[in-house]
Amino acid sequence: MKYFEQVQVGDIFAVGRHTFTADEIKGFARRFDPQLFHVDETEAARSHFGALCASGWHTAVVWMRLMVDHRRGLAEAARARGEPVAGVGPALGFRELKWRKPVYVGDTIEFRSEVIETRPSKSRPRSGLLTILSTGVNQNGEPVISLVSTTFVERRPVKP
Amino acid sequence: MPKLHWEDFQPGAVAIYGPRLVTREEIVAFAAEFDPQPMHLDEAAASATMLGGLGASGWHTCCLLMRMIADGFILDSTSMGGPGVNEVRWLKPLRPGTRIRIRATVLDKRASNSRPEMGLVKFLFEVIDEADATLTTLGTTLMFGRRQGGARP
Repeated sequence: MKYFEQVQVGDIFAVGRHTFTADEIKGFARRFDPQLFHVDETEAARSHFGALCASGWHTAVVWMRLMVDHRRGLAEAARARGEPVAGVGPALGFRELKWRKPVYVGDTIEFRSEVIETRPSKSRPRSGLLTILSTGVNQNGEPVISLVSTTFVERRPVKP
Repeated sequence: MPKLHWEDFQPGAVAIYGPRLVTREEIVAFAAEFDPQPMHLDEAAASATMLGGLGASGWHTCCLLMRMIADGFILDSTSMGGPGVNEVRWLKPLRPGTRIRIRATVLDKRASNSRPEMGLVKFLFEVIDEADATLTTLGTTLMFGRRQGGARP
């Protein structure tokens, strides 16, 4: 991760993509969201969703995992160039999480995140707050999820 | 037992679900799978971060909340899912060994204009610890089926 000062509004991260299988949709849902339309194909076919679909929380945490992996890749690349790596996290929370369309078995979701606001932290002078809009789009180009989240990012150290 | 329908939710109603013990093992396992940041995986690494010690991924807290409200009332309802979440605030870390409960408050409800078989209920869910401190708040709107498919008499 770059230091807070090096991040600009409008920066875009290609976070990654993921294909959702029936087994993982049902496995996640049995643990955290065992509503019938997330765990049982027959019941899901009878529901308003029309077919088995992922819990919205599942789609959201897949984005989180891809984001963590993406940041780790950036950090490793920076270290390989001999550059410092800024600390990131934790997040304060998120808002406007929208599940726009169901994620069905076999859907491939492509996630990206865009910086929409940067501001210094009042309570943590060594950190800034980065607000990003993240979206996931399926293989037909339809948005399935979006959310706005705010995370602490380390500021560039002041040279003594 | 008759299922909870949209008509059964009353603004102002408050319910408590849980408790549920959250273990170190499940915090680390969730983080390893979905949010592998050091502050959720390892005590020593976590103590050097703003969390000041191992704490659950905020997403884990949300998923636990989902499971607890599913067991609490959603699985016994005409739930049709939800269009999203207005806001989540991760106010305090969820530490290993905490017994969490969910305080569910019905804020508002309205019929759907486009879909007469469905209604919307707005909730505030709070994840609270043994000392009643609020760790996380989650504001959301959920969709429920109506009695007789919303047919008017």
